[in-house]
Amino acid sequence: MGGLMQVIFDALSLGSLYALGALGIALIFGVMRLVNFAHGDVIAFCVFALLWPSVDAVAIIFAGNLPWFLLIPFTLAVGAGLSVLSEVVVFRRFRRANPATMMIASFALGFVIRYFLLMLFSSRPKSISLLPGLSQPVEILGARIPLLQLITILVTIAVLIGLTAFLRRTRFGLEMRAAAENFTMARMLGVRANRVIMGAFALSGALAAAIALILGSQTGTANIMMGASVMLMAFIATVIGGMGSLAGAVIAGFALGAIATVMQVILPPDARAFRDAFVYGAVILVLIFRPQGLLAARGTKERV
Amino acid sequence: MARYSILRRTIATPLILSALLLAFALIAWFVGSRPFNQTVIDIFLQVVFVVGLYTFIGNSGVISFGHIAFACLGGYVAAWTTIKPMMKGTAMPGLPDWLMQMEIPFWAAALAGGTFAAFWALVFGAVLMRLSGIAASIATFAMLAMVNAIYSNWSSVTAATSSVVGIPIVRSIWPYMIAAILAVFVAWAFSISRHGLALRAARDEPTAAAASGINIPRVRLIAFVISGAIMGAGGALYAHSIGLVTPDTFYLGLTFTTLSMLVVGGMGSLSGAVLGVLILSSLIQVLRWLEAGVQVGASTFALPGGVQEIALGVVMILILMFRPSGIMGNSELTGLRARTEKPVEPGTD
Repeated sequence: MGGLMQVIFDALSLGSLYALGALGIALIFGVMRLVNFAHGDVIAFCVFALLWPSVDAVAIIFAGNLPWFLLIPFTLAVGAGLSVLSEVVVFRRFRRANPATMMIASFALGFVIRYFLLMLFSSRPKSISLLPGLSQPVEILGARIPLLQLITILVTIAVLIGLTAFLRRTRFGLEMRAAAENFTMARMLGVRANRVIMGAFALSGALAAAIALILGSQTGTANIMMGASVMLMAFIATVIGGMGSLAGAVIAGFALGAIATVMQVILPPDARAFRDAFVYGAVILVLIFRPQGLLAARGTKERV
Repeated sequence: MARYSILRRTIATPLILSALLLAFALIAWFVGSRPFNQTVIDIFLQVVFVVGLYTFIGNSGVISFGHIAFACLGGYVAAWTTIKPMMKGTAMPGLPDWLMQMEIPFWAAALAGGTFAAFWALVFGAVLMRLSGIAASIATFAMLAMVNAIYSNWSSVTAATSSVVGIPIVRSIWPYMIAAILAVFVAWAFSISRHGLALRAARDEPTAAAASGINIPRVRLIAFVISGAIMGAGGALYAHSIGLVTPDTFYLGLTFTTLSMLVVGGMGSLSGAVLGVLILSSLIQVLRWLEAGVQVGASTFALPGGVQEIALGVVMILILMFRPSGIMGNSELTGLRARTEKPVEPGTD
C-alpha cells in the first residue's frame, strides 16, 4: 500500500511539473500561435536571478536569502518580467510572421538568454539550498514523501483552480479565451490585443518561475541547462494535448508524469537510464494514432 | 525535353557554389597554417550539415530541430568502424564481434554513417512525416532528445557521456571539400527531381498539391531520408575531423549553429544555405578571436565567453525580424543577374 502511494505521489508531483510547464507554453500558443522555445531558459533565468553573478563553483546566494514570503513573489515577478520583456522587445515584431518564423526566433532568444547566464555564471552547475525546510519527509497513508512533493502537487492544483477561475470568471480571462479562439475577430470586437498578449506572457513567465522554485529546491542545484528537460516534456505535453488546448496540456502533462514514473518502476534496472527515451517513444506512438493530439483545440485546424 | 531544360536552367547554381568552396579550399592551401586549415575544414563540415538541413527544411517548409540526431548516429558509426579493435574493446565492450573487428577507411565510414542515418530517418520519418507544421517540429525535437538520451546512457556501446577517442584524424582539407560539394550536388539534384518539385509544390500550396495527386507524407519522407543520409555522412566526417565523439557534440549547440546559418542565408535557397555558412562562420571566427583576447596597445581586450552565441542569436533574430526569408530569399545564384524564381509559362519548354 505504502509503495503504491509512493508511486502515485511521485507521478503526481512529476506530472505537476510537466503540467505547469505545458500550461505556460499552451497559454502563449493559444493567443499568438507562438511555440515558445525560450520558456525553458526563462525557468533557468529565474533560478539564477536568486544568485549574485560570479563564475565560481560556489553560488553566492543573493536574493535567495529573502524570507519565503518575499522570495516567492520576487521570483514570480522576475519570471513574469522577463517574459513580458521578451514579448515587448522581440515577439511584438513578429505579430504578422508565420508560426515557423516565430518558433525559430524564440529558439534563438532562448539561446541568447542561456548564454547570457553562461557569461555571468559559467556553465558549471552550482549547488544552492533553496527553501531547505521543504525537504523533510511527511507521512501520508503509509508513504513517506518529502514535504516539497506534497507542496508541488497542492500548488499545482491551486494554480489550476485559480487559472480556471481567472479564465472563466474575469473579464480579462474572457478576453484571453476569446483571443485564443479567434484572434482577429476578438480584436474587432474590442479586445485589446497587446494587453491580452502581455497578460498571457506574464502568466506564462510566472508559471516558469514557479517551476524554477520547485526545481531549484528539489534538485539543490542551479544549472543553465536546467529548464531544457522540463521544457521538452512540456512541449510534448502541449502537442499531445492538442496545440493550444489548456485542459489538454494539463492532462497530457500529468499523463507524461505518470508514464515516466511507472516506467521507472516497471523497467528492468538496466533500462531505467533510458526512461526518457521510452517516454519519447511512447509519445511518438500516441502521435501515430492521434496526430491532432488528444483534445484538439478549436481554431487550430488548418482550413482550406 | 522539359526534363533537360530544368537541368540546364539550374545547373549554374551548384557549379557556382562548388567554385566558391574550391576557392576557400585553395586559400587555405596557400595560407597553409594549421589553425586556418582546421577552420576551413569546420566550414566545409558546416556546409554539409546546413545543406543537409536545407534538403529537408528548404524543400518541405517544415522546420526540423532533430537533424543533428542523424549526425550523431553517423558520428558514432565512424567511431564503431574506424577505431583500432584493441581500443574499441576497452571503451565500448558491448559491440558485436563483427563490428569490433572492423577497421575501414574514413570514406567508407562516412558512407556507412550516411546509410545508417538514412535507415533511422526512414524509421522516424515514417511516423513524423504524418504530422504537420509545428507539431512536426516539436516531434523532431523529441527525436533529437531521444537519440541523445540513448547515446548518453548506453555505456557498453557508446561509452555513455564520456568521449570516445581514437578515431583516426583526417587533416587534409580535400576530402571535406569533396563531401561539401557532393552534398551541394545531391541537394540540387533532389530539388530539381520529380519528388523535390512535388515537395516544393506541397510546401507552397498544400491543398492544391494534394489535389493534384501528390502524396505529401511520402515526398516529405523521401526528403527526410536523403537529408538524414547527408547529415549522417557529415557526422561521420565531423568525428574524423576532431578524432573524438561525445553525445553532447551533436546536441543543441550544433542544432542552433546550423539552424541559424540556414535561417540567415535563407531557408528556401541552396545558395542561401552555403552563403549562410560562409557568412556566419566568418562572424564566429572574429568573435572567437575577440574572446581569446586582442592586444590593443599595452592592454589585452577580451570578450567574455558566451558572447559568440549571444551575437549569433541576435543576428538570427534580427534577420528573422527584417528579412524573414534570409539573405537569399527564394532565389539562387545563377551567374546571371539575380532574379527570383519565376513561374515558367506553360508551353515555353
